[in-house]
Formats: sequence, structure tokens, C-alpha cells
Amino acid sequence: GRELGMLDSLLSLGGLVLLWDSVEWEGRSLLKALVKKSALCGEQVHILGCEVSEEEFREGFDSDINNRLVYHDFFRDPLNWSKTEEALPGGPLGALRAICKRTDPGPVTIALDSLSWLLLHLPCTTLCQALHAVSHQDSCPGDSSPVGKVSVLGLLHEELHGPGPVGALSSLAQTEVTLGGTKGQASAHILCRRPRQRPTDQTQWFSILPDFSLDLQEGPSVESQPCSDPHIPPVDPTTHLTFNLHLSKKEREARDSLILPFQFSSEKQQALLRPRPGQATSHIFYEPDAYDDLDQEDPDDDLDI
Amino acid sequence: MFVELNNLLNTTPDRAEQGKLTLLCDAKTDGSFLVHHFLSFYLKANCKVCFVALFQSFSHYNIVGQKLGVNLTVARERGQLVFLEGLKSAVDVFFQTQEEPHPLQFLREANAGNLKPLFEFVREALKPVDGGEARWTYPVLLVDDLSVLLSLGVGAVAVLDFIHYCRATVCWELKGNMVILVHDSGDVEDEENDILLNGVSHQSHLILRAEGLATGFCRDVHGQLRILWRRPSQPTAQRDQSLTYQYKIQDKSVSFFAKGMSPAVL
Repeated sequence: GRELGMLDSLLSLGGLVLLWDSVEWEGRSLLKALVKKSALCGEQVHILGCEVSEEEFREGFDSDINNRLVYHDFFRDPLNWSKTEEALPGGPLGALRAICKRTDPGPVTIALDSLSWLLLHLPCTTLCQALHAVSHQDSCPGDSSPVGKVSVLGLLHEELHGPGPVGALSSLAQTEVTLGGTKGQASAHILCRRPRQRPTDQTQWFSILPDFSLDLQEGPSVESQPCSDPHIPPVDPTTHLTFNLHLSKKEREARDSLILPFQFSSEKQQALLRPRPGQATSHIFYEPDAYDDLDQEDPDDDLDI
Repeated sequence: MFVELNNLLNTTPDRAEQGKLTLLCDAKTDGSFLVHHFLSFYLKANCKVCFVALFQSFSHYNIVGQKLGVNLTVARERGQLVFLEGLKSAVDVFFQTQEEPHPLQFLREANAGNLKPLFEFVREALKPVDGGEARWTYPVLLVDDLSVLLSLGVGAVAVLDFIHYCRATVCWELKGNMVILVHDSGDVEDEENDILLNGVSHQSHLILRAEGLATGFCRDVHGQLRILWRRPSQPTAQRDQSLTYQYKIQDKSVSFFAKGMSPAVL
């Protein structure tokens, strides 16, 4: 129902979506599946490609999707080592700002492959400022022309970054998807933060089909619990005992009216204060040793009771 | 090359995949047997091999190579093998004057900047020769090992950039393969090595991880090998992504067996 659609509708909310992957559970397939979804919705999709070649990224997409993808190539020569004039001016951030200065008002999805690469090569503060400016663009008040919603989808490799940059990016993001899984079945943990609402989280099991469409699933098969045999009636263990576990009515009353030894009641207080007459006091017989120091003075004499 | 390892990886010199980056990683044990395997594998596959050997001398690799059926001296003379002997040429940086920057030029600089000269050495070594028939099948870059560069003062991001450029040229442009060894120190303090190892892991198609046994040294089982396939070109739903085997290294071969199935125990 509506719950299953959370992974589907990630990009419809706009803003910054972080996709966290790991060595064991790679995230590029999911990134491509989400890019395909945006393209099928008619959005314009820009890819900032730093980690794989354009050929490899476009592989698996059919031509009508590939026609909607604009690939900005930062894979072949990101640091301009070949010293040719082909290098895109302004680097990846320049390309990002250029995408946002577009004139057509439709919605746009920008996929960063990968945001980890950008974070390793650019100062964290510069990157965060650029991401904030891009993902909050549609809320800019001064601009009269209606600019469409911008979604930024960033792929991040969780093992590469310390807690500082991770926290900074998390605070900027509207949605975070963390990949994981068990026994060959992949899962996505989705954390959604919307303004003035409580954050919601959900775990969605999924798989990616060869044409990069998303297949949502119920989850790995759970081993069935061994159920009790309905033919054998439950046995009462208190029958056939050699001792008595039950109380009679009188015994129950006696038990309920019993005063516990350390419970202090008014009767007990009176009994303690009034010494009982005629009670034989007990005697203590003491034979002093040669080493004993017997002091006839009462040490409690100076107490004033 | 070790035939049993080829079987586990489902590959032979004749029909190996191209355009792939393989990461070799060792933790608490010596994973260099994997380097010797891939060196002999690709020489037998008639590939043009550029070997950036920073860890051992040429004669060491040659002696082991002969046990595995390849002769590095002959391969070098034929032009099939381009060998950068790090231990020797590091000294050349200081005692020889050269016009172009030396591949290990970063050793001269106070702040080791980038590895662009080393990348250009690799690109020059593997670029296809114009004219004449193609003698070699495809180019291969082998590095043993990357952690040495960190010890020499290069930053982790600079090493990752070097691997990136090599991947763009060797794997993508020239449709060749790369095999890189990185040590996993297991040391919580070594953040640079962790960034390097994880960064290369994310770029790899295949990761072979040799680990010492958790219980310590054993005469019959030298360690365990984890094989992890990543980045398949077609995403597959359920696929055995990771396999684990135990191994024993002998004089000229390595035998692999499932966990707990060592012949010494059965």
C-alpha cells in the first residue's frame, strides 16, 4: 500500500537525498534505478560522474532514458592532468551551479556519483554550502520566475568519512537511505526528515532487475517457528504431587493477617517502649582473661538520653 | 599461477575478463602469493604487463616466478614486461639527473604532492605501440604494494587519485586489467590506510582477502581467503557474492579447501 511506496517516492519530495553504501552492499545499482525512475517521470536528469565512465553509467538503460540523461564527465580527467582545454571550467561545483542557473522551469534531478569523491577532494564547508544552495533553490523568495523542484541524489561510501563530515551532510539532507542486507537479499533503511514533522524511518527489502527497475519485496523468508502439536492437550503440572501447593480458606486468612517481622506498627512501638514485667532477664557469665582491660566506667555515661 | 585458484575464480588465461580491477588485501598474514599468481597468470595470457614493484627486488619475483613457470628476465627482454623496481630506482631519483620527472619524483618533494609522474610512467609503458602487429593481448598493471606509498609520505587521497587515473586509462581506455595489493594493518589508529583500502575496495570488481586464522598459526592451514565479487555489469538479485576458503601454501602450488576440510584434519 502506501508504506511500500516510500522507496519509490524518494525523489518526489525534492531536496537532498543521501544514499549510503558499503563495500559489501554497493549503491550504484540503486542510484541508477532511481535515476531511471526520474527519467521515466519526464524529469531532466543530470549526472555528475566522477567514479565511473559515461559508458559504464549508461549501460543497461535503453535509449529513451539515455536521451534524458545529461552526463557531466569528471571521470576521464578530473584533476586536469592531461592539461588539455577539454576540462570543464569550474570543476564539479561549477557544473552544479550551472545546472541550477537553467532557464526552463521543469523539475530536475541531479545525481552525484559520487558525493564521496567530492567530499574527498573539496573542503567540507564549501561542498555543504553548495549543496544547501542547490537543494533549497526552489524556496528562494526574490526570484519571480517559478523554478521547478530540484532533487539532489548523492551516493556516499560510508567507510570513507569521519563523523564530522557525515554529521554535516546528514543535517543538510531531507532523506537518508542506508543500504544493507542479509543472505543475498538487499535492504534499504530510509530515514525521512520533513520540516515540522517527526522523522519517519522504514526498512524496505528490494532487488534491482537487469533493466534497472526497482522490485520491492517483502523480505527474506523467515524460518517457521516449531508450532505445538494440537492433538496433545496441555498438562497441568500441579496434579499428582507429593506435597500440597494449595491453601485452605483458613490458612489463607491466617496468612493475610500475619504481620511481617520488620513491619513497624503502632502495637509494636508500644510493646517496645513498655518493658514487659516479670520477664526473666538473661544472664551473661564472663570469665576475664589475664589480658583483659576491665574499665568499670560506663562509656555511655556522657550520653544524655 | 595456481590452477586451483583459477578454478575458484572461474577463469583461465585464455578467457579472462577485461577492464577489471582486482584488489588483493592481506590481514595478519602474507598475501604476496596472490601477487605471484597474477603475475604469472597474465604473463601466460600473453599480456603486456607493467609491474610497479615497490616491496621486493626483481630477483625475488624472478625466483618465485620460475617456480610458477615464467621467466621474468626473458619477458623483460622481449618487451612483454615493464618492471619498475622501486627499491633500486628510488636511489636513482637522487643520484641521476633526468630531464623528465622520475616516476618516484615525489620522494624529492617536501610535501609529496601527487603521483602524476608515476601515472605517466604507467601510461607510457602500456600505451599501444603504433605500427607492427599487435603482439600482446591486452595491458595489465600490477602494483605491489600501495601501502608503501603511504609510508613514503603520499596522502591517501593522492594515492586514490593515482589509482583513479590508472583505472581510467588501463581499464577503460585500453580495456586492460589492474591488480593492486593493499595491506590491511588492522590497526585502528591508521586512518589513512583505512581510507586507502576502502577507497580502492569501492572501485574494485573483485576483492581477494587473505586473512590469518583467528586462532593463530597452524602448520596445515596457512590462512583463509575471502573472495568478494562487486560491480557486476548486470545487477543480479540473489547471487553468491562472497566465498570463503582456507588454503595451504606449498613449494610450487597452493591448495584450497572448504573451511574445516583440510586434508590434515580429515
